Amino acid sequence: MIRTFKILRFNLEKDKKPHFQNYQTECPPGYTVLDVLYDIKGLQDGTLSYRRSCRSGVCGSCGMKINGVNLLACKTQVESLKKKVIHVEPLPGFPVMRDLIVDLTPFWEKLENIKPYLINHTPPPTTERYQSAEDQLKIEEATWCILCNCCTSSCPSLWANKEYLGPAALLKAYRFVFDSRDEGAEERYKVLNTKSGLWRCHTIFNCMDACPQEINITEYISKLKTRVVSERY
Amino acid sequence: MTHIHDVVIIGAGLAGMRAALEASKVADVAVITKLYPSRSHSGAAQGGIAATLKNVDSDDCIEFHMFDTVKGSDYLGDQDAIENLCNEAPEVIYETEHMGVPYSRTPEGKIAQRKFGGHSLHHGKVAANRACYAADYTGHVLLHTFFEQCIKQRVRFYSEFQAVGLIVVDNRCLGIVAWDIQKGGLHVFHAKATMFATGGYGRVFKITSNAHASTGDGLALCLRAGLPLEDMEFVQFHPTGLYKQGILLSEGARGEGAYLLNGLNERFMERYAPTLMELAPRDMVSRSIQTEILEGRGAGPKKDHVWLDIRHIGEKRIAAVIPQIRSLCLNFGGVDPIKQPIPIQTTAHYSMGGIPVTCDGRVIYDEKNSLVEGLYAAGECACVSVHGANRLGTNSLLDATANGRRTGRTIANDIGKLKLNALPENPMEDTQERIGRVAGSTGREKVIHIRHDLRDSMEENCGVFRSGERLQKQKQILKDLLERYRQIKIDDQSKVFNTDIMEALELGYMLEFSELIVEGALRRTESRGAHSRTDFPKRDDVNWLNHTLAWRDASGQIRFGSKPVVIKNYQPMERKY
Ligand SMILES: Cc1cc2nc3c(=O)[nH]c(=O)nc-3n(C[C@H](O)[C@H](O)[C@H](O)COP(=O)(O)OP(=O)(O)OC[C@H]3O[C@@H](n4cnc5c(N)ncnc54)[C@H](O)[C@@H]3O)c2cc1C
Ligand code: SF4
Ligand code: SF4
Repeated sequence: MIRTFKILRFNLEKDKKPHFQNYQTECPPGYTVLDVLYDIKGLQDGTLSYRRSCRSGVCGSCGMKINGVNLLACKTQVESLKKKVIHVEPLPGFPVMRDLIVDLTPFWEKLENIKPYLINHTPPPTTERYQSAEDQLKIEEATWCILCNCCTSSCPSLWANKEYLGPAALLKAYRFVFDSRDEGAEERYKVLNTKSGLWRCHTIFNCMDACPQEINITEYISKLKTRVVSERY
Repeated sequence: MTHIHDVVIIGAGLAGMRAALEASKVADVAVITKLYPSRSHSGAAQGGIAATLKNVDSDDCIEFHMFDTVKGSDYLGDQDAIENLCNEAPEVIYETEHMGVPYSRTPEGKIAQRKFGGHSLHHGKVAANRACYAADYTGHVLLHTFFEQCIKQRVRFYSEFQAVGLIVVDNRCLGIVAWDIQKGGLHVFHAKATMFATGGYGRVFKITSNAHASTGDGLALCLRAGLPLEDMEFVQFHPTGLYKQGILLSEGARGEGAYLLNGLNERFMERYAPTLMELAPRDMVSRSIQTEILEGRGAGPKKDHVWLDIRHIGEKRIAAVIPQIRSLCLNFGGVDPIKQPIPIQTTAHYSMGGIPVTCDGRVIYDEKNSLVEGLYAAGECACVSVHGANRLGTNSLLDATANGRRTGRTIANDIGKLKLNALPENPMEDTQERIGRVAGSTGREKVIHIRHDLRDSMEENCGVFRSGERLQKQKQILKDLLERYRQIKIDDQSKVFNTDIMEALELGYMLEFSELIVEGALRRTESRGAHSRTDFPKRDDVNWLNHTLAWRDASGQIRFGSKPVVIKNYQPMERKY
């Protein structure tokens, strides 16, 4: 079936502001939005730029706004999009570098701030550190985050305040604070327990709806809040 | 612009980042990567990473792991490198755990381990639980953990920089030339030590488990610099790719007990590997699937696939240990594997060959193992060779991690002795000229068409089963495609994120080293591991128990040489499972 796509185009070397461009393309059953972008780029317009790599939902490159919702292009079946014309735009809330590509620098900086690595000052044993299957389960789902930022970019609190750490960075913080092997919670609280930290989250659930990994982000952020409150106050 | 660093590593997958963690302890390291580190294809690995931890099988031992790896390699693996790999595995895995990898756990709280194809106890008696795993996100969590450790150690990343040229003068490596994808423009990275960790090249085939970015850039850059590649004819086809998509459904499924069924609902592996059944090594399972299809026992209206059945594993266990497999089937195949069997076909998965290196990760340039000063490689782009003619599942995450570490240590040791040799007068000249030529292409051919013709024809003529006739045909097809490549058209002339030009460069790389795959396969008149010739169905140890080295000069002439296999404790035997 032939479908129409309106894709937001922007080239800072030429354009003052972004504009939509129309493309029509054949979409056989099973086609994803990434397949469509691939075909358009290859067959109709080589200047269309987007990020992609694994095409199986695990690298997190192809997050974009499709018919108003943040989705991974590779995981979105064209057949599932009911509107007649399909709109494709870059992730909101980040500066656009070109077409569907946003500048994620602000996110990478925030990620570094929460100390996204295991902190453990005790010398390790010669084998593994033991962790109960129960304790591992507490963090397992959170470790499946692919850093696509579909969540961050759907978060109204972040749109309002660009300094806010945002759900993906907070989720990473959760993953370490609740890791039974980690001893760095205190250091992280300093970043989390601030105006642009945990308390900017108003539990609006946008992030969870956007997450292609279906991670219970809000629940984990709430647990982090409870933990900070109980240890700090 | 010229940047100077002690060490430049190209690639931020497991191999590149693990090496960076070692080398950056003593030297100033820069990691160049065309993708953000967390997006490297290591993250797609699902099933597990091998090591004899004995957490489940107390009678497992390192020697069994060695034997399985040698046998799995169809005796083409170098046994010194395999000894290192298996000996270091437990320590390497414990280290990753100390770094924070959230492994699944046994009831006692140890790292969980499961079965994987070709891994056995007592030299093939029963399947071994040797694959350490984190549900079916093993590669993902390893990749993210290494990235986190690199952040902690303040490793310098140049993300979204694509290496496009290698500077080698008189067998000394001086660094690389890279294109800044975000801003446009060429940069020289001048270094004492340069390391490739650029991953595999599955994108040469139509049906593949590999990422769009898996285009073998590092291999092509070495070839162009006059260096040889090793064993390129050995490409692994994984048995269980999702039908039509090629997206991988991890062997972890079969480790958990999944069945393979043909169109007649028979567990056909009984015919081919009665002991290990579905858990026989990949090359055998892939050939068995292909044979079932060729002999008319395939499934579906076209009889062109078979089934992977996980229904009997049960919803709960599936959710606990292989959740990603279910979501991949639902999202990309439109089937719910709890209710239906999954349609699958073989998928190009792993490149055993690559940049020839010594056990310590030093790149060599001839049959006598002469070293290129200051050049190193590890991971899927390198050929050590621990995988020989066929790699075992879970041995490549281990290879990338263990040999990434080993190579990082080699660099750390060498760095004091290495000098920052003077760059040639205009180190970017060749690269500039080449990119200029591609960017200015105004021909009639579309890159996508040549790319598809390459993939389709490689799949058809250089896939699971090969023959002299088909390979000859493919050799000519590649010549024609290279000719058409001279006539391409580039639409995009901007600097920022010009993926049009980068994709065209990648296509050029793939065309060039595909010739080595095809001609190497043509030259090797035997069947060994993943290389299976219908006109030479037997392994031939008299003539072919050796590694292929191949060079390609600027005019496209290919020259071959060979290197002996390192044999220590295990003499070649017939390979039965
Ligand atoms: C779907 C799938 C599942 C797998 N499952 C398993 C498993 O369960 N167990 C197992 O042991 N193995 C598995 N493998 C194999 C294993 O994942 C890979 O062999 C291994 O991860 C390769 O790691 P690497 O570091 O060599 O390369 P990669 O992780 O592919 O990294 C390559 C890096 O090089 C960079 N790069 C490439 N070209 C350039 C360039 N020109 N300039 C700059 N940077 C460049 C990329 O950006 C990337 O950072 C699997 C493979 C696939 C495809
Ligand atoms: S729950 Fe918090 S993080 Fe998620 S969208 Fe809402 S405000 Fe943002
Ligand atoms: S939490 Fe989900 S949406 Fe957010 S970055 Fe991670 S995977 Fe993406």
